[in-house]
Amino acid sequence: MKIKLHIWRQKGPSAPGKFHLYEVDDVTDDMSFLEVLDVLNEKLVAKGEEPVAFDHDCREGICGSCGAIVNGQAHGPGSKTTLCQVHMRSFKDGDVLYIEPWRATAFSIIRDLVVDRSSFDRIIQAGGYISVRTGSAQDANNLPIGKPLADQAFDAAACIGCGACVAACPNAAAMLFASAKISHLGLLPQGQPERYIRVQEMVTTMDEEGFGSCSNHEECEAACPKDISVDFIARMNRDLLLSALLTRGKEDV
Amino acid sequence: MNLDSKTPSGEIHTAWDRHKEDLRLVSPANKRTYTVVVVGSGLAGASASASLAELGYKIHCLSFHDTPRRAHSIAAQGGINAAKNYQNDDDSVWRLFYDTVKGGDFRSREYNVYRLAQVSVNIIDQCVAQGIPFAREYGGFLANRSFGGALVSRTFYARGQTGQQLLLGAYQALSAQIAAGGVIMHNWTEMLDVVVEKGQARGVIIRDLRSGKISRLAADAVVLASGGYANVFYLSTNAKKCNVTSTYRAFKRGAGFANPCYTQIHPTCIPQSGEHQSKLTLMSESLRNDGRVWVPKEKGDRRPANSILEEERDYYLERIYPTFGNLVPRDVASRAAKRVCDEGRGIGPTKYGVYLDFASAIKRLGEDTIRDRYGNLFEMYERITGENPYKVPMRIYPASHYTMGGLWVDYNLMSTIKGMFVVGEANFSDHGANRLGASALMQGLADGYFVLPYTIGNYLRRVKAGFSKTEDACFAKTEEEVTRKITRLLAVKGDKPADHFHRKLGEIIWDYCGMSRSKEGLKTALEEIPELRKAFWEEVSVPGSADSFNPSLEYAGRVADFLEFGEIMVRDALEREESCGAHFRQEYSTEDSEAKRNDEDYSHVTVWEYAGDDRAPRCHLEHLEFSYILPSQRSYK
Repeated sequence: MKIKLHIWRQKGPSAPGKFHLYEVDDVTDDMSFLEVLDVLNEKLVAKGEEPVAFDHDCREGICGSCGAIVNGQAHGPGSKTTLCQVHMRSFKDGDVLYIEPWRATAFSIIRDLVVDRSSFDRIIQAGGYISVRTGSAQDANNLPIGKPLADQAFDAAACIGCGACVAACPNAAAMLFASAKISHLGLLPQGQPERYIRVQEMVTTMDEEGFGSCSNHEECEAACPKDISVDFIARMNRDLLLSALLTRGKEDV
Repeated sequence: MNLDSKTPSGEIHTAWDRHKEDLRLVSPANKRTYTVVVVGSGLAGASASASLAELGYKIHCLSFHDTPRRAHSIAAQGGINAAKNYQNDDDSVWRLFYDTVKGGDFRSREYNVYRLAQVSVNIIDQCVAQGIPFAREYGGFLANRSFGGALVSRTFYARGQTGQQLLLGAYQALSAQIAAGGVIMHNWTEMLDVVVEKGQARGVIIRDLRSGKISRLAADAVVLASGGYANVFYLSTNAKKCNVTSTYRAFKRGAGFANPCYTQIHPTCIPQSGEHQSKLTLMSESLRNDGRVWVPKEKGDRRPANSILEEERDYYLERIYPTFGNLVPRDVASRAAKRVCDEGRGIGPTKYGVYLDFASAIKRLGEDTIRDRYGNLFEMYERITGENPYKVPMRIYPASHYTMGGLWVDYNLMSTIKGMFVVGEANFSDHGANRLGASALMQGLADGYFVLPYTIGNYLRRVKAGFSKTEDACFAKTEEEVTRKITRLLAVKGDKPADHFHRKLGEIIWDYCGMSRSKEGLKTALEEIPELRKAFWEEVSVPGSADSFNPSLEYAGRVADFLEFGEIMVRDALEREESCGAHFRQEYSTEDSEAKRNDEDYSHVTVWEYAGDDRAPRCHLEHLEFSYILPSQRSYK
């Protein structure tokens, strides 16, 4: 099949950007979306033109590198999937696609479809961990954790940090991302000692990084390739409220 | 080349403890004065960076990704082994040691493997303390599953995303240290060379991938944690950015490269579908717990799987290997798949595929149980192939997956360059000629959390903190060579993208140095690779400039290194005139087509030393001793 691609091209963070039209012929059903960009790029490079920059790595939906808005949808058509796992059987001959980078104040554009997501790292650095030194752990089975709780913590921990939730949110909020880590650690017994200070620090950093607030559109959950539930946002808000009652400054009580 | 392995002698059970007691310590006040550069932020790199920073060392950690959490360790699916014996199935450190040495076909160091089995139990404790959501039983205790090459259930797992959860645990520990100021994280940064003077590591030359800026980083020790080189095959299960550049460029500065021909071909990957294919996708080995592998008994049987009757199917792994059945080690399963396909009994559009069938497991356990165990893998399979594996059997075929070979290291994980340590998949140390499933995560974390933090101090104690300065002449010289290489790539101005050459190299390596190798084929590869390399330097097109964000330039540099490295790999395969583990030479096989080792002549590690661009590398040997497990013909029957 033949596909028309309008792709956002932008040289750098402060350079102006615009859509460029490209056509790719001989696209087959079995090709992945990113393989179509590969084919396009090989042609551009052969002509000595700069290829379309897009982030990608594992191409099996787990590293969180890839992502773009395709015809208005984060990670393209289909639910619970990253862009690398979208295959061309989802499209038909003659389709016209508009491909843009994640757009959010907290994600500046590096080039074309590649954005800077280091703000996510800083949210994790603010408290998205359990402070435990290497080598100081007790035997793993000394801490039984009920299966339902462990499963729920896993559901939150499945986040791949791709940023689709931010891109899909009309407010460019990072609530789903932050709440996933806060819930993963806050649900588990190991995460209790730092539970309330963690939520305060991470939410503060999230706000400082320029992410918006939640107004319950739930677009983030719809866009999330790992099916992370907005219930975790509610849980985060509850913990944040509790933390105001239960902490004094940096000290948990 | 000095290949003193510094392996302890005497009783193996106490060897690591005795060795640790002999290591020299750096005082807490002095640790702050030492700087260590860690290249890579996967399981080995992130765990090493975090653990070293906790001890007080100043760490620079490099990642060519936008964040350390993208490293390819994240894609490991199935699990991590540990000798916990939580299942009461008589597992022990000894049995994990035994299985790993046997699984590696007696081509690894006994003392290294024993240590790995010992610290495996600490890894699980550490990870649970970090909050890693391992699978649990209803009673709240940890669950296990079985993996290939073992008769006990010792694999810990987190659904089909064990690598992701372990990496995020290490990433979180790293993030805590970044916040505390112990680690300076360099994202979007590629190491382009290691600075070596008089055989000693002084630091690295790095390139900021966003700005293109080249700079120098001086260090008291350098740690390479840059992963494996399976992408030499072009099509592999590795992520697209995985490459050999750090380890290969270190090789050119004097690091011995050990056993490059030991590359693992994983038996359960989704078969290739077309010529535009950019990578292959792994289906976890854990699927072989419940999936049964078969092909039709008749050659050229093109009927759909579900219309082939039970008695018309050949469950060949269960037939040939009744003891281990579908859970034979990877090398054995891969070669068996190749054999039945070569016989003309392969399935799918390319006829290079076999079925992995869950029908009997679904009948026995119900669809819900199977969904609970493998749901995400089944979804991934359906997304890629458009077929529903709950209804029709999966189609699978072997693909390049992991590399056991890597930079040579001694028992302290130090390479032949003094002060340069190598951890995780980047080194050669523990897997011998074949790696068992769920052992890569174990080794990466063992090196990073529990070995390197002890052994690196023993080296640092002997050097003066800050003895290297970026103003030293060796930095200027190395930087100039790096810049010259970049300029040369941009100056070719040919008309073919680097992909073109990478793909061709992959074809050569797969055909001649893949699952089955012969003297004749390897010699052909040794003629074709230099020709391809020559064509690359005449015809490659690298658009853009050196001083900007330029993914084409990054990639071309990596392909250039693969084009040189591929030749070393082929040479190694040619030199090893025996079959062992994943290295299968057609000339050396048993009557039933299994690998036939030659312990008399090849019970050694082959270590290659760079001798100049126009010269063949020099070959050195480290003899392997087996005092505890007598080498025997591996049998999984």
